[in-house]
Amino acid sequence: MKTASSIALALGALLAVAAPRAVWAETDCLSCHADASLQDASGKSVGVDAHTFGASIHGSLKCGDCHAAIKEYPHPDPITPVKCESCHADQAAGLAGSVHSVKAEHPCTSCHGDAHAIFPKDDARSAVYPLNVPRTCGACHGNDAMAKKHGLPNVYPLYIDSIHGFALSKEGLLVAANCQSCHGSHHILSHKDPLSPTYKTNIPKTCGNCHAGITASYMNGVHGKAVAAGDLKAPVCSDCHTAHAILQPTADAFRMQSTPICGSCHKEKLSTYRDTFHSQLGSLGGYVETARCWDCHGAHDVLPASDPRSPIAKANLVVTCGRCHAGANMSFVQYQPHANARNRKLNPALYFVRLFMNLLLAGTLGFFVIHTILWLIRSRYDQIKKKSTEGDKNA
Amino acid sequence: MPDLEQAAIESREKSHAEVRHFMRFTRAQRYLHAALFSSFLGLAATGLPLRFSESIWARGLAKGVGGFGAILFFHKFCALVLTVAFLIHLKEIVTRGIIHREKGIFWGATSMVANWKDVKDLFGHIRWFLGLGPKPKFDRYAYWEKFDYWAVFWGMIVIGFSGYAMWFAPFFARFLPGWALNAVLVIHSEEGLLAILFIFSIHFVNTHLRPDSFPMDLVVFTGVESEEEFKTKRPLEYQRLKAQGKLEARVAEAPGIWQINFSKVVGFTAIVIGLVLLVLTLSAYLRE
Repeated sequence: MKTASSIALALGALLAVAAPRAVWAETDCLSCHADASLQDASGKSVGVDAHTFGASIHGSLKCGDCHAAIKEYPHPDPITPVKCESCHADQAAGLAGSVHSVKAEHPCTSCHGDAHAIFPKDDARSAVYPLNVPRTCGACHGNDAMAKKHGLPNVYPLYIDSIHGFALSKEGLLVAANCQSCHGSHHILSHKDPLSPTYKTNIPKTCGNCHAGITASYMNGVHGKAVAAGDLKAPVCSDCHTAHAILQPTADAFRMQSTPICGSCHKEKLSTYRDTFHSQLGSLGGYVETARCWDCHGAHDVLPASDPRSPIAKANLVVTCGRCHAGANMSFVQYQPHANARNRKLNPALYFVRLFMNLLLAGTLGFFVIHTILWLIRSRYDQIKKKSTEGDKNA
Repeated sequence: MPDLEQAAIESREKSHAEVRHFMRFTRAQRYLHAALFSSFLGLAATGLPLRFSESIWARGLAKGVGGFGAILFFHKFCALVLTVAFLIHLKEIVTRGIIHREKGIFWGATSMVANWKDVKDLFGHIRWFLGLGPKPKFDRYAYWEKFDYWAVFWGMIVIGFSGYAMWFAPFFARFLPGWALNAVLVIHSEEGLLAILFIFSIHFVNTHLRPDSFPMDLVVFTGVESEEEFKTKRPLEYQRLKAQGKLEARVAEAPGIWQINFSKVVGFTAIVIGLVLLVLTLSAYLRE
């Protein structure tokens, strides 16, 4: 038993030494650069951890493969920077046309980390491993000063508190959307660029990479059809859900914020909704169950009332209203959730009810306010008169 | 004609026990008024944030009690209290007026029902306001008191019906047309607004804050008033009772100091709450 385990141990040790063999061949470089405290003239560390490098994705390469310009000692001064693009031409080309094209500001290492410790993107040690991506991007995009300088929102905190951020940071879900799921990696384009996956008309497809069912349903609705037809005013996913601070749609906070979002286009409908009990009770928190736009209209496959598939089609109203109002019948669903009591043509009955009530209110109050004011003046007048005559008596 | 202010001065001069007091409201009536105004204050305080749900104070108030769900709960609770008070009052009217055939409930000088004298009193009163005639002599209930009563009576029916129609909308939809469900909210909120504005301005001033009663008429809390007050405020009833020899039967004990103080605390609290709500309502209404 003892012999077997010591053989295994010896074999393991042999393998561990054998794997980074290529590096060990570079003993000439490492005789100096193995010293972690070694610095170049500008004070930058030039030490290399041979063990980590050996395990990294470039572990099989020789120093000279990348540091091609260094052929002798002492080294030339200045040293020609390493050209990653000599191998990674596609990535370099992508980067060159992207928002990160200024190379001095965005060297490969700004995302991929220490050049001698680059790991494959499915390795948890990699800076671009899905669970590490937000932190890597956040190094710049979680910085207020940087955001202000480039006129960008400070997105990292928005993202990390979102449903995607939670899934990633709390649940460790590899499938949770991270920055590059939507923005891509090397060829990141501004959302204003029609080729960008975050360009308005491309967003449904981008989100649909994961949310395929919802995108299909959305493309069937009026909004999806309008966007497909090139109407840039119609909302895409991010217009309702926001881009980074995406909330769980059933969360109170999302229910509270959603109605004004629909209302930013459907102004008349928002105004008439505001007049109803649904809005009065539901608009200010604490009670989020009251009907919001999509509770009746549907969320993704919004369809006009004339479409028999719409939840607000006449034939479906009893079911739609009945989801909250148990016992809703054909008469109940005659209720107009967007009635406008100020519009005589659309809602004549309501218009006259409101007119009558307003006249009653104005008439009653008007009469009694005058009545009471006159009464007050007269009573006060009598009081003062009485006081002065009494004052005379006392004097 | 000696006025109420005169009466107040005299009653202050005389020691408390010397002044004779007369019963105006029974204990049951006072309790009913207390149930009425407390539930009304509750309904106003919880209804206004719903009516003006976009205003900042409505948000604060809603947050304070635990959100709009809580506000609706309190609103419905107060509505039930007021409904019970209303039914008790109806039962009293039916018992006294129809079953016991008591006189003066549905008609006559002591009835709440308006009569020709009330019309004459209204015009006479206005003439007096303008210095064009003598002050009319009022009976047990003056015309503005009758108006208060019927405004509340009608208001409770209208607001109550429209409120229950919203509370139990699917049930009411069995016999109401669909547009009525839209109308009930308009009716409920407008009539509620009228009630709030009327009670917190007109009723408060007419009954409590005008110089003759300032700062508060305690009779609805203590149930009794002094002889001077009775004589000056309701001379016709005083004289009629005297002529009929029934005046002595109405003599009551003077209210205790604790009773007066308690009434003042309750009454002032109600008036202050009402005035605060009035200011909030007007500010929100005028901004709309």
